[in-house]
Amino acid sequence: MEKMTSPYKWGMVIDLDRCTGCGACVVACQAENNVAICAKKEVAEGRNMHWLRIERFWVGEYPDVRVRFLPVLCQHCHDAPCEPVCPVYASYHNPDGLNGQVYNRCVGTRYCGNNCPYAVRVFNFYDHEHAWPKPLDNQLSPDITVRSRGVMEKCTFCIQRIRRAKEEAKGEGRLIRDGEVQPACAQTCPSEALVFGNMADPASRAARLARSPRRFRLLEHLGTHPSVYYLKGGGREHV
Amino acid sequence: MSELPVPAKSATQLNDEMLSSLRPPTLRWYVLAFLLGAVVAWGLYAFTYLVTTDMSCTGLDRPVMWGIFIVNFVFWIGLSHSGTMVSAILRLSQANWRRPILRAAEAMTVFTVAVGGLFPLIHLGRNWVFFYLIPYPNQRGLWPNFRSALLWDAMAITTYIIGSSLFLYLGMLPDLAVARDRAKGWRLKLYTVLAMGWRGTAREWLIFHKASTLMAALIIPVAVSVHSIVAWDFAVTVIPGWHSTIFPPYFVIGAIHSGVAAVITLMIIIRKAFHLEEYLTPLHFDNMGKLQLVIALLWSYAYFVEVQTTWYAHEPIEWEVYGFMAHKYTFILLLMLFGNAILPIIVLCFKRFRRSIPVMLALTLLINVGMFIERFLIIVPSLSHKNMPFVWGTYSPTWVELSVTAGAFAGFALMYTLFAKTFPMVAVTDVREYESQKALVPLGRTRVPSLVGKE
Repeated sequence: MEKMTSPYKWGMVIDLDRCTGCGACVVACQAENNVAICAKKEVAEGRNMHWLRIERFWVGEYPDVRVRFLPVLCQHCHDAPCEPVCPVYASYHNPDGLNGQVYNRCVGTRYCGNNCPYAVRVFNFYDHEHAWPKPLDNQLSPDITVRSRGVMEKCTFCIQRIRRAKEEAKGEGRLIRDGEVQPACAQTCPSEALVFGNMADPASRAARLARSPRRFRLLEHLGTHPSVYYLKGGGREHV
Repeated sequence: MSELPVPAKSATQLNDEMLSSLRPPTLRWYVLAFLLGAVVAWGLYAFTYLVTTDMSCTGLDRPVMWGIFIVNFVFWIGLSHSGTMVSAILRLSQANWRRPILRAAEAMTVFTVAVGGLFPLIHLGRNWVFFYLIPYPNQRGLWPNFRSALLWDAMAITTYIIGSSLFLYLGMLPDLAVARDRAKGWRLKLYTVLAMGWRGTAREWLIFHKASTLMAALIIPVAVSVHSIVAWDFAVTVIPGWHSTIFPPYFVIGAIHSGVAAVITLMIIIRKAFHLEEYLTPLHFDNMGKLQLVIALLWSYAYFVEVQTTWYAHEPIEWEVYGFMAHKYTFILLLMLFGNAILPIIVLCFKRFRRSIPVMLALTLLINVGMFIERFLIIVPSLSHKNMPFVWGTYSPTWVELSVTAGAFAGFALMYTLFAKTFPMVAVTDVREYESQKALVPLGRTRVPSLVGKE
C-alpha cells in the first residue's frame, strides 16, 4: 500500500442488483457538471459528452430475454493508464485518489482517451463552450469550468462538492462525515444503487459494501486498481 | 556489365553533369512547383478550417481518438529512416555504390522528419497551446510530463531532425564549395555562406572524413531509437493489439522497409529528371533491391511473429481486434500483405527485375502504399474495438484529414523539388573521390585501378 497523504480515498460502490437502468444518474451528472447537451447527430457519431453512461446488454434468447445494466463512469483507478501518458500533466492523480483533469492545461492529444480501457473520457469534438442555447446558459454551475473545444473531460466524482465539504469540515475542525458528500449521480439514484464514500475509512458505508462477496471491479485483470466496485449476485439472471 | 562510366572525364565535365540540377529551372519545373504548391495550399486551408472550427470535421469519435494524422506521423517518421540510416550504414561499410544516391537519401530524411513531426501538432485538439509540450521555464513552475511517450517522441524527433540535418549539411559541405566556385548572383552569396570558407586543403579533408564517419556512426543509434520511441507510443499502452513487446523492433524494420522503398523511388525520379543515367546505374538498383529483399523478409517475419503469438494465445479481446481488422478491412489487409511481403519477396529474388527500372518503381510505390496501410491497420482497429464492447466504434477519415494528408505529400515533394534546384543533388565530391580512386595507376610495367576491393 502506498503512503497515504490524505485521510480520504474516495470510492464508489455500484450495486448492479439494484440498478434499474433509469438513467437518472446520467441526467443528474449532466446538470451538475455543465456537461454539454449534444445534438442527435453528435450522439450518433459517438461524440456524446456523458461522463456516465448506462451500458445495456441483452441476455438470453427470445422469448427468454433479460436486460442487464452497467453504469460506467470514470473508475478513478489508483494505477490509471490515462495519467502517465498525458504529456502536460493535465491528467493527474490527486492525494484523495481521484483522477483529476486540468481542463485549461489539456492540449488535446487524446492519448488519455485512447489509453483508458473503460472509454470513459469524453473529448470536446464540438465547440460546446459557446453552444449553450440562450436560457439554458443560466443553469451553468459557476463552480465548474465550461470546457472549451479540443479538451478532454471526464467524471471527477463531483470534485466541487468534495471541495466544499472539505472546506466546511475544515472550518469545524473535523473530517468529512460518511454520507456528508456525495456526487450528483449517487444523490439522485432512486434505488440507491450508487453509494459513494471514503474507502480509507473501513467503517464507511461504501467501504463496508465494497467488502461484499458480490463485489468485482471492471477489467480487474489489467491491474488498474479502480476505486469503483460493482456488486452482482450470481444465480438470478434478471436484474 | 559496365557499372560506372569508365572513360576518364575532366573534373569540370564531372562537375557539370552532377550539378546539372542547379541549372536554371525550366517551365516544367515551374509548373510542377506550382501544382505542388496548390495542393499544399489546399492542405493548409483544410488545416486552418480544422483549427478555426472544431475537431468535429474529422472522422474521430469516442473509441477512435487517433486517426489518419497519427497514421501519417508514423508513416513519415518511418520514411525518414532509410535516408540517413541507409546512407550511414553504407558509408560505414564503405559500399562505393552508395555515392551517387546518398544526398538524395539524406535530404529525404530531413524533409520526411519535418513533415512527420508536424502531425502530432496538427492532430492536437488545441494546437494553439502546443508549447505546453515544450519544457520551458515559466512562472507557474509547470513542466511537461516526461513519463509520457509523447514527450519522448518530441525529444527523439527533435534530436533526429537536428542530427539528420547536420548529417546532410556536413556531407554537402565540399559540394557547396564546388557549387560556390561556379555560381553567380544570389547563389554565390548563398553558397559562400553555407560553404563556410571550404578550400579543400588536406587538413580540411582529414577533418571532414573523420567527422562524416563519426556522424554516420552516431546517427544510426538515433535512427533506431526514434522509431522505437514512436512504437512505444503504442506499445506502452494497455490497448489490445498495441500492447506488444515486438512493436519497437517491428516498427524499426517497417520504417526501414518503407524508407528503402522511398529511396529507390526517389532515385528513379531523380535519375529521370536530371538525366543521371550514367551515375545511377542498374547496379545501384540491383544493390538496393537486395537490401529491400532482406528488409521485406525481416518485415514479414516480424509481422508473422506478431500475429502468430496473438493467434496462439487467443486472448479474447486481442483476437477480437484481429477479427475485426480482418473482417472490416479485408481488402486493404490483403493489399498490404501482398504489397509488403509476398510480391517484393518473389520479385526481388530475380536479378532481371531488380535491374529493371519500371519494375522497381512500381514495386517500391506499392511497398509504400502497403506501409501506409500497415500503420492504419495498427492504429485504427485496435482503438475501434477496445476492452469495453459497449463503446466499440469505427473510423473513416473525412475530407479535412485527407486534404491535410495530400498537403503533406505535396509539401514533401515541394520541399524536395526546391532543394534539388538549390543544392547539389548528387554528392559530387563523393563520386569524384571514387572516380579518382578508380583511375589507373602505373604498377611496374602495367596499369591497374588504384581502388582495392569490390565495385
